[in-house]
Amino acid sequence: MTIETDTINEVAPIEIAQPREAPRSAADREVVFEARDLTISYGNAPAVADVNLSLYRNLVAAIIGPSGCGKSTFLRSLNRMNDLIPGARVDGEVFYHGQNIYGDGVDPVEVRRRIGMVFQKPNPFPKSIYDNIAWGLRVLGMKDQLDDRVERALTQAALWDEVKDRLKKGAFGLSGGQQQRLCIARAIAVEPDVVLLDEPASALDPIATSKIEDLIHELKNDYTFVIVTHNMQQAARVADMTAFFTLERTESGGHGVLVEYDETPKIFTQPADKRTEGYVTGRFG
Amino acid sequence: MSAVPSTHPLPERRRVGDRFGDLFLHGLTGAAAAAALVLLGAITWKVFDLAWPAITKYGFAFVTRQGWDTIHNKFGALDLIWGTALTSFSALEIATPLSIAIGLYLSELAPRGARTVIASLVELLAAIPSVVLGLWGILVLGPFVGKDLEPWLHRHLGFIPLFGGSPQNAGMLVAILVLTIMIVPITSSICRELFLGVPTELEQGALALGATRWEMVRGVILPYTRTGVSAAILLGLGRAVGEAIAVSLVLGAGHGIHWSLFVTGDTLASKLAEEYQGSVSKLQTASLVYLAAILLVISLLVNLTAQFIARRFSYERAGGS
Amino acid sequence: MAVDAARYSLKLSPRTKRRKLVNLLAQALATIAALAAVAVLALVVVSVAQRGASALSWGFFTKTAATFGQGGGGVANALVGSIVIVGLATAMAVPVGILIALYVAEFAPPRVADLTRLVLDVLNGLPSIIIGIFVYGLLVIGSGQAAWKGSFALAIIMLPLIARATQEVLALVPSSLREGALALGASRWRTVLGVVLPTSLGGIVTGTVLAVARAAGETAPLLFTTSIAANAVTWDPRQPLLSIPFDIFALSESPDPADHARAWALGFVLITFVLVTSLTARLLLARHRKKLEG
Repeated sequence: MTIETDTINEVAPIEIAQPREAPRSAADREVVFEARDLTISYGNAPAVADVNLSLYRNLVAAIIGPSGCGKSTFLRSLNRMNDLIPGARVDGEVFYHGQNIYGDGVDPVEVRRRIGMVFQKPNPFPKSIYDNIAWGLRVLGMKDQLDDRVERALTQAALWDEVKDRLKKGAFGLSGGQQQRLCIARAIAVEPDVVLLDEPASALDPIATSKIEDLIHELKNDYTFVIVTHNMQQAARVADMTAFFTLERTESGGHGVLVEYDETPKIFTQPADKRTEGYVTGRFG
Repeated sequence: MSAVPSTHPLPERRRVGDRFGDLFLHGLTGAAAAAALVLLGAITWKVFDLAWPAITKYGFAFVTRQGWDTIHNKFGALDLIWGTALTSFSALEIATPLSIAIGLYLSELAPRGARTVIASLVELLAAIPSVVLGLWGILVLGPFVGKDLEPWLHRHLGFIPLFGGSPQNAGMLVAILVLTIMIVPITSSICRELFLGVPTELEQGALALGATRWEMVRGVILPYTRTGVSAAILLGLGRAVGEAIAVSLVLGAGHGIHWSLFVTGDTLASKLAEEYQGSVSKLQTASLVYLAAILLVISLLVNLTAQFIARRFSYERAGGS
Repeated sequence: MAVDAARYSLKLSPRTKRRKLVNLLAQALATIAALAAVAVLALVVVSVAQRGASALSWGFFTKTAATFGQGGGGVANALVGSIVIVGLATAMAVPVGILIALYVAEFAPPRVADLTRLVLDVLNGLPSIIIGIFVYGLLVIGSGQAAWKGSFALAIIMLPLIARATQEVLALVPSSLREGALALGASRWRTVLGVVLPTSLGGIVTGTVLAVARAAGETAPLLFTTSIAANAVTWDPRQPLLSIPFDIFALSESPDPADHARAWALGFVLITFVLVTSLTARLLLARHRKKLEG
């Protein structure tokens, strides 16, 4: 599909990548996450402000936008990983199935158990491939049928055939793409509800990237995915919904804001906001 | 006016002077470095040389022979080796978990503002001169141990041979406590640096799975630093084994091999400190230096092992395998 | 949009409650361990201060020790002895230590540098009593004790500390500084003496101060090299001189409580000196490092 713009400065139409299947709609879907007036600050300076957003079950949501606009910060607020940064403060609420994860009495450990995360740089533990998966299972008390669980996770991550003969070998012997799939396997082994991916393929080559995108496509019926990506084409390929963030300048510097959030085809062909249009047609960012 | 060095060559005299200066500095510093190596060799050689009369007389049996009889000139190292082993390893047993715990506290738990302050305080413990620790040991810790601690241990746990025997103000237990105080600052500082060196992405990966901080420490930090921590422990052991002054002050004097921690005794190092000046016969002197030779061998073994493990750890972390 | 309360509830499960308890326990133990270490430091310092401070007076520092049996008297001879012994040791160790560090940092091929560092680390780990025996065998047998021989033993102990501290500071000197000097046509030795060393001077000084603090408290190397000393105050290094640590050692073993009182006073002086210099040196070293790292 191409975009036609009717502005004065004619820009050549941009080819937007085709997804594997038609993106699914949010209608009649359960809300897994709802962010309400969410503002995350480091010290006194807000990094991302006033986000209102709902994430739906078994959909893939992509978060795109220029660098520095708080995409990762927002993502990390969904599993309270921002708590680890000294001075980080959260105002507003994030409802997970109706419960505010920042409410009193809610422990981050319980939150993170249900919401997995895959990081930008693959970070397997300095353990064997088997133990990378088994460690989380043991800690969380899912020790029954450990071998089966490990095999299932590795199969789901499309890694089983490649590693089944060397499960006891160290994870560092794997290639970058394999390590990242191992991290995905590790995250889904503990049966989370949601998986957050923070630019999971940015450190990988195109083939490895494509494998990861296939994976997300395969797994989206089992999990809900939220993926931050700086690659618009990737968002167009994998995401059902897309959220566009941008940087808003203020006297004290700037912070990220959510500009537009809609079904992916709409964002890329008929964006409602000029800023979205500008980003998506490549005029900036 | 442009100054381009190549079109204004330095005068010949200065260039020769420079080359001579470079060579001289290179040679001088190299000689200093070589001197360090020579020094190490000289120390080893000299100790064995002084011990030679005893080595030829007793041979290796010295190591397995008990008793230190200055009147009849019969000497054996076993009692002292036992003393060294008992005090050092016991101190290590107590100091190791303490040091790891302190290292974890300083790297993970302490409020940020307090971190450097508390770390410096722990390091200051290492700066206390051993003779002052020995003085404090004899006159403050000893009476406490003799009058309060040992009787308590004897009352409640006296069935264990370690706590049998009669309580007194000097003895193995006091020495163990003093050695622990000496080991902990060294080992805990190294542990703290090791724990701080664990890559944050590994820690975050564990926490993101829903692990508690302690589970992350057990699953990621401790395994990752295992090699380095063992080197740190060995360095602590080396310190304990070689400590002469504080131990000789608080251990009293004594011989024999006993299981009780309440008895007085001697270690290889403390024996040297006690008897060396009052040595009456050439054989006694040589035997004392034979003890020193054994101590030297133990110390070199422990320290070299620690150094090799530490270097291997850095190599591992850099990606080698 | 029904909320499956059981499956998605964020309420703490019993299992998580247990895990959190274990976590709390671990944190508590670690905190207790750290506080215990600080408490022991405080205990020792306070003990020594309490018992030692009362004996201090101007006369304490300026008078020499009384003869056996008489009360009073000061520690002037031990104080002077320590100053001479440690001062000489510093003079011996600093040049050699700097030279070794220069070799490792500037001239040595990598494997030789590694070997030198290993040698220094091993020297550092040697029991100080063995170093005392070495110097005894090398210098004292046949010719008797002397303060400078004790200094030599202390210098061996100080050497690895000074060399390592200097080497670390030299490594912090940015290579752009070295290259800038060399590009101007300066020779190696001028660069080192004129640029590299002056830049590192702060770090070298603080490393030396730390080594001095360590040497000031060492007793074992002095046992066989400079312990049989007269009561008079002399500055002559060719005589065996009394030193503060040895004096404490000898007084501690005496049964006389008056001797103990003097030992405490000496201990207080020594511990104050060592702690204050260590702390200052460490603070300065940290600041110097920050300056160089920018």
